[in-house]
Amino acid sequence: MPKKVETIVLHDSSTPVIGGTERGGNVIVTSLETLVNQARANSLWPLTFGLACCAIEMMSTVAARFDLARFGSEAFRATPRQADVMIIAGRLSKKMAPVLRQIYDQMPEPKWVISMGACASTGGVYNNYAIVQGTDQVVPVDIYVPGCPPSPDALIYGVLKLQAKIKRGGAKTLSELKLIEIQPRTLETVEA
Amino acid sequence: MELLKDIVKPVLAGFSITAKRLKHDKVTIMYPEKVREQYPRTRWRHVLTRYDSGLERCIGCSLCAGACPARCIYIEARENTDEERYSPGERYAVRYEINMLRCIFCGFCQEACPTGAIVLRNDFELANYKREQFIYTKEMLLEPMPVREV
Repeated sequence: MPKKVETIVLHDSSTPVIGGTERGGNVIVTSLETLVNQARANSLWPLTFGLACCAIEMMSTVAARFDLARFGSEAFRATPRQADVMIIAGRLSKKMAPVLRQIYDQMPEPKWVISMGACASTGGVYNNYAIVQGTDQVVPVDIYVPGCPPSPDALIYGVLKLQAKIKRGGAKTLSELKLIEIQPRTLETVEA
Repeated sequence: MELLKDIVKPVLAGFSITAKRLKHDKVTIMYPEKVREQYPRTRWRHVLTRYDSGLERCIGCSLCAGACPARCIYIEARENTDEERYSPGERYAVRYEINMLRCIFCGFCQEACPTGAIVLRNDFELANYKREQFIYTKEMLLEPMPVREV
């Protein structure tokens, strides 16, 4: 039985995607929209919103080894007024939920939400009276990153998928994206 | 003389540290292009393995579902028959589903499995857009058939 494998083409952030007119809409505005989407996707400023242990991994994502700054997301903002993307890192308790919603409402449009980790996405092991079973009950979530906690590379993969979603703009499916395929990967040895 | 002692000397001392660091190797892993080699005990995406004969290792005993602290595994077992044989045991898993969002990758399922059917390998690229995409069915989890030597 052949295994079905969905190949996801990742976008190299250094190469801009030039939008075509076949996406529909106004011929003059489509290119501008692509440009705007490029700018939005490549300068995602996250909001500092660490709720639990996932925040430790979120911090190390910004540090030197994984360096989220390569994708334009190094500027973690302490105020929601200056942030584009909210990384919900950790379990959301029911007491915290109205605070999360208020902070989300204070963020300027356009805004995106990354639900990082099992607890933020579904509640994880904490299926009890205190924890919200999935932050999408409170705010609309764009990307779910599973893991407990997700390693920094897993979070970067989530950020890249969010960038792909923003760049997609009007396009409906992944196949409509004319993304540039990256080079075959090489494994890098790590010193323990 | 005072100027040399109070300003130039500390500035040079500070920049000498910078100069020493310049020859160090770059620590950043260029992630989407290169993937770091995971540590040996890394636990990520589950895989349902097969025997060399192509039969599934999973016998549908639900011990992994019982061991799971997040209760994210669902198994429906069915009897094997001689005409339709999936696993060497009496039963096989007709449905095997894992909710990857609820899973905490603790590896208890791997420890509980008596046949070594479910293993956690190191594919960490699991992020996705919708909740429904995280219910991994048996078809997605099962290893491809081993290549037969002719």
